[in-house]
Amino acid sequence: MKLIECDKLCMKYEGVSAFEDLSFTVDEGDFLCIVGENGSGKSTLIKGLLGLKQYSSGSITFSGVKQKEIGYLPQQTVAQKDFPATVGEVVISGCLNRNGIFPFYTKENKERAASEIKKMKIENIVKKSYRNLSGGQQQRVLLARALCATEKLLLLDEPVSGLDPLVTSEMYEVISDLNEKSKVTVIMVTHDIHNAVHYSNKILHMSGNGYFFGATEDYMKTDIFRAMSGGCFHHGK
Amino acid sequence: MVNELIEVFGYSFMQRALIVGILVSLCAAVLGTSLVLKRYSMIGDGLSHVSYGAFAIAAAAGIAPLYFAIPVVIVAAFLLLRITANGKINGDSAIAILSSSSLAIGMIVLSVSGVSIDINSYMFGSVLALTENDVLVSVICSSAVCVLYFFFYHRIFAVTFDESFSGATGIHTGIYNTLISVLTAVTIVIGMKLMGALLISSLMIFPSLTSMRICRSFRSVAICSAAISVLCFVSGLILSYYIDIPTGSGIVVLNLIVFLIFALIGRIRRINE
Repeated sequence: MKLIECDKLCMKYEGVSAFEDLSFTVDEGDFLCIVGENGSGKSTLIKGLLGLKQYSSGSITFSGVKQKEIGYLPQQTVAQKDFPATVGEVVISGCLNRNGIFPFYTKENKERAASEIKKMKIENIVKKSYRNLSGGQQQRVLLARALCATEKLLLLDEPVSGLDPLVTSEMYEVISDLNEKSKVTVIMVTHDIHNAVHYSNKILHMSGNGYFFGATEDYMKTDIFRAMSGGCFHHGK
Repeated sequence: MVNELIEVFGYSFMQRALIVGILVSLCAAVLGTSLVLKRYSMIGDGLSHVSYGAFAIAAAAGIAPLYFAIPVVIVAAFLLLRITANGKINGDSAIAILSSSSLAIGMIVLSVSGVSIDINSYMFGSVLALTENDVLVSVICSSAVCVLYFFFYHRIFAVTFDESFSGATGIHTGIYNTLISVLTAVTIVIGMKLMGALLISSLMIFPSLTSMRICRSFRSVAICSAAISVLCFVSGLILSYYIDIPTGSGIVVLNLIVFLIFALIGRIRRINE
């Protein structure tokens, strides 16, 4: 079943075209990686998908999931580095989109947050301050928050940037588990091409002059992939 | 001790200062938490200068200062937010431009109109300056600030912590940013007579920064800042009465002392961990 269909999408970044005529679909259960060099329009595309930025032409159609039900994991901001907030406070804030105009958290919200916290194995740090956590722990907290906001679709913006190799592979396992066991559809923006082809079933490669969209196996036969991976990569999946 | 306190607050000007001061300290502290965390610390400073300009124009035109200054400063807060959001000019540069322009315009208007006001009390505040009407306006405005903050607390937290996530999940971040700046504008104007243009912003920044030295959660920072803010205000007010120092300055110095103590405790605690 299709969750998102982008058809001939064009978007601008500060008045200049970021990309043109981009078409791709995200089906239920997909693990889609969006790769491509800086400035190829990945961030603009994300903003478009989330409804934070208008597109100039084309269409984005959601079915089975509402735009506001995407569990988003943004890149970390400078302000968050010394932000005094407990893990519990951060995670439950993902539930706010469920409450309409009701200004406080409901009992269901609290249970939901507790279950996502358990799923991410961060029960032992619930009372700790977010600013005192390691990079990997912080990402788990933000992932739990994103899961509070969604059942179906996660959108992850460079979730492993700045993490050390061990924590990076842990993070990939967590995400891949969510995709395979909890049947959460995943869209992930990353620069880490090797892990991208390892975990994804579809690839969207964006570049200044066109794009590739298709199955990961097909992507690995393309010249862009060989150029990106330096020609010495053996797929081990 | 009790008798002395009764004596201090037997004067009606001291009662007025106490009521307005506690309300303003409370509002300033809770709003300040968001401002500090969003890197908008200087917004209070900028708006207080705009407020000074507005007071000067109101004095020259013979309008009641609060009724004129509140809308003007709210508009200035909107403008600052828009300029910063558009990214055409940096937030801190925009504030610098706005502050000095308002000060300059205020001074010119005063000198041209020939109205003489006590500039010292506008700059550094005065407990004697508050009228019955000021108290009424302050009570209404600060109750509104507190009620709005209470009802929107969770959303304000979400928007302060992570604007892009909040926006993506359907919270209208623009509305809450505007709410924070409007509430800030109102708080600045009602606190300005008491604390003065140069000192009011410290009421917003100090308590939150102080609490952030040792508090772990957003909620405890908000509660702790409110408590520190009110305590420093009340003790500053009483102290200024007894040792005859300017009230606003006394409050700021007390805030500084509490900040240093908390910073030291925070440092020691981190070393022990």
